[in-house]
Amino acid sequence: MLTPLHKSLLNDFQRDFPLSSRPYQDIANALGVSENDVLSALTELSENHLISRIGPIIPPNQLGVSTLVAMAIPEPQLQAIADKISAYPEVNHNYEREHTFNLWFVVIASNAEHLQAVLDAIELETGYKTMSLPLLDDFFIDLGFKMDFHNA
Amino acid sequence: MLDARDRQLLEQIQTGLPVCPRPYAEIGTTLAMPEAEVLERLTQLKQQGLIKRMGVIVKHHQLGYRANAMIVWNVPDNLVKQLGRQLSQFAFVTLCYQRPRQAEWPYNLFCMIHGKDRETVLKQLEQLNANCDLVGLEHNILFSRRCFKQRGAVYQPTNTTSLTHG
Repeated sequence: MLTPLHKSLLNDFQRDFPLSSRPYQDIANALGVSENDVLSALTELSENHLISRIGPIIPPNQLGVSTLVAMAIPEPQLQAIADKISAYPEVNHNYEREHTFNLWFVVIASNAEHLQAVLDAIELETGYKTMSLPLLDDFFIDLGFKMDFHNA
Repeated sequence: MLDARDRQLLEQIQTGLPVCPRPYAEIGTTLAMPEAEVLERLTQLKQQGLIKRMGVIVKHHQLGYRANAMIVWNVPDNLVKQLGRQLSQFAFVTLCYQRPRQAEWPYNLFCMIHGKDRETVLKQLEQLNANCDLVGLEHNILFSRRCFKQRGAVYQPTNTTSLTHG
């Protein structure tokens, strides 16, 4: 059950998290609760898997290079191949989508050679081709979510 | 622009800030960096846009945003930028990118919509098509089914190679 404090932490601190020595105390002051209340509520949200972390969103291609990869995999093999691909630490956001290209994931690596080596290894290991769609331009990267708690 | 210490700091903080009274001091201890320097560098990285935003990263699926669709269009190259910016104005568009076309993939403009249900997302797509003059352009909507892996970008430190199992 989400308390008003949980809801406020989920909705109002997705950006501009305080860059100060005691950020949780600052949030507590803004909300009129104790620092301990904030720390406990965030721990609860984390334990209940409602937040993944408190941290930065780093735009692509700053710390390394990345690409969106699509593969067309026959349905019976999809789970097994997806599991193999998810095992690569360079892979994140591995999803099944409704299309002939039914497996979509992002590969991130420190440089272009490493990225290509991961794609080559995936093709070799799975026996299927990868289609790489690197980012050319980003118009909007934010991934903030306005929480609508009326229907949640 | 991004020096070695910035890089170390981002690599350290990308998996999350500790939930304790002085989280930046704790990050600093791991890196042998004073708390004040951690704060100063993070402030600068944010100003430079190397940190897009800093805060609570919610798990949207668990919070009711269960219909997740990638929508792709084939738009004329000279209109991509303008249309991308237009699409980004809609509150329900969470990401918008230009990517290259490929032999079996004619689409060059991508956006993501995270909605509470499929019908809502389809209505939002109609709204985008109508408002941004996209009606009639080749497009596709790829709803997600299973999520096999989901986590924030974790950049591998420069020297690691993980291809041992490949």
